[in-house]
Amino acid sequence: MIPLSYYLILSAILFCLGVAGFIIKTDVITVFISIELMLNGVNLSFVAFSHFLRDIGGNIFVFFVMVVAAAEAAVGLAIIIAVYRNRTTLNVDKMNLLKL
Amino acid sequence: MQVALFFIFATLAVAGAVNLLVQRAPINAALSLVAVMGALAVLYLLLGAEFIAFVQILVYAGAIMVLFVFVIMLLNAQPDEASHRSRVARIIGVPALVALLVEFAGFLATQFSDSPVRMGEYISSTEDLGMALFHQYLLPFEVTSVLFLVGLIGAVLLAARREDPPAAMPTAVSSSSAKTTPAELVIR
Amino acid sequence: MPNATFFLISLVKCGVVLFVLLTLVAYIQLAERKIVGRMQSRVGPTRVGPFGLLQPAADAIKFILKEDITPDSAHKFLYLLSPALSATLSMLAITVIPIGGGTVRLFGQNTPMQITDINVGLLFILGVTSLGVYGIVLAGWSSNSKYSLLGSLRGASQMVSYELALGLALIGPIILAGSLSLRHIVEAQQHYWFIVPQFLAFLIYLTAAFAETNRIPFDLPEAEGELGAGYHTEYSAMKFALFFLAEYINMITVSCVATLVFLGGWHGPVFGPALLRAILPLVWFVLKVCFFLFLYIWVRGTLPRFRYDQLMAFGWKVLVPLALGNILVTSLIVGLLA
Repeated sequence: MIPLSYYLILSAILFCLGVAGFIIKTDVITVFISIELMLNGVNLSFVAFSHFLRDIGGNIFVFFVMVVAAAEAAVGLAIIIAVYRNRTTLNVDKMNLLKL
Repeated sequence: MQVALFFIFATLAVAGAVNLLVQRAPINAALSLVAVMGALAVLYLLLGAEFIAFVQILVYAGAIMVLFVFVIMLLNAQPDEASHRSRVARIIGVPALVALLVEFAGFLATQFSDSPVRMGEYISSTEDLGMALFHQYLLPFEVTSVLFLVGLIGAVLLAARREDPPAAMPTAVSSSSAKTTPAELVIR
Repeated sequence: MPNATFFLISLVKCGVVLFVLLTLVAYIQLAERKIVGRMQSRVGPTRVGPFGLLQPAADAIKFILKEDITPDSAHKFLYLLSPALSATLSMLAITVIPIGGGTVRLFGQNTPMQITDINVGLLFILGVTSLGVYGIVLAGWSSNSKYSLLGSLRGASQMVSYELALGLALIGPIILAGSLSLRHIVEAQQHYWFIVPQFLAFLIYLTAAFAETNRIPFDLPEAEGELGAGYHTEYSAMKFALFFLAEYINMITVSCVATLVFLGGWHGPVFGPALLRAILPLVWFVLKVCFFLFLYIWVRGTLPRFRYDQLMAFGWKVLVPLALGNILVTSLIVGLLA
């Protein structure tokens, strides 16, 4: 028997680590990965609440989060490839010009 | 036993996430996230969400993260170098984040400590999920599928080769088609 | 059921499955060499033991005794991890496959004839096979060699693309059975096999399965004509053997899934005395799986390799639309009849 709060705290830890990664990392792919980590942290609390409240809605939400994450990954990585082609860098700090 | 399982996989998830922060090479970060996702899938199973647990493996770990790894390999992404921005983040951002986390945890621990969750008490079956998805949530479902189609076309358009293809990217076209996979998988 | 008994039963079942699996892999490989040899007017291995039957043992000894090389420029950890990952994940998928409808009595408990029976078995298999891509991708990337990298890039895009067609092809039978549990899917085929109403899905599944397991005509990731040996160019000895094992276990897995989902699993004529009645379903199941394995070898002896752009175009422009159309028609008919 595990208190709901354990799941929620784990979820908060994962989310905060994701935020930290988003702030610290300079590599655009790793920044992107950190966003995925945040989404995963939030998903855990959705599923935990879904279980706790006996409501399938939480699972549906996770489902939609996955859909959006997939679309985001596809478009985001396409953008990264396009940017890399023009700049040949993945460092976010060096992508500071609107026009070459 | 499930308490033990929870702690094992919770530790694994946190360790993976910390490793994501510590590692400098993007490929290691991506693989740490895969480990986190695997651990989370087990936690979902403990919470009785079978369908979500395996879709997590199938879509997140098996498709989205493969895409990340694929792009990392394609662009041959090197370990990132520190810059002025990250130093500022370390001095101010990280302590602020820890404060935020402590606040979160304190709130959650006091608010939900007396609400136990037991494995197998409530299993969200695939059938219920489908019923809810195609009755109650039909409109969001359709809207998301449109979003997906747009994402799919956008990804192909953005990553497709222009008039003078750089020699460094021989598989750019195939990568754009591989991108659509998670999308299609979730919609159907 | 007490925990100790549960662990004991699981352990016994895992042991049995592992033993059967490894033996099967060893002898499929021998059968492959024999059959392909016959198709090419050769005789295949005959020297080791009677009819070459001890050849697998000789191969195993060779794999163990060979020098284990790690390239200097390789990423050591990932180089070591990827063969292990491939082999483990391929074995993991077998755990949910039921080989018979009845139950076995072990340590005073009736237990189903599979390691574990979960409600979303088919989804589990799809999920685990989708993780198998990592073995190939990381192998190619970590060996730090051009051929390996090209092989693994091909492998990643091929497997991710064809997995889509594979999953979509399985949805037709899932709609007909109304369940993701392999046991329920087989039970739903009591009166007719799903290959009859879902013949198109069966063909799509079969094609996609060949691509998923990187077999001829879709063996681009390891095309020896152009890439050396593809993603495992730099691997030798037991590490190579693990990739080899993974490929053959994956073949067995997709054959089992094809049998369970399309060919009615263990259903077949059952007659005779009680003992024969108990054994026959198992025999039917094994025969059907062996048919698919033979098909693999037959195709290998017959078809040439695809070109890479043909492969991607075929997957995305032919298989996926056909599979989507199949889902549409199936769900329309099921909806109208219900």
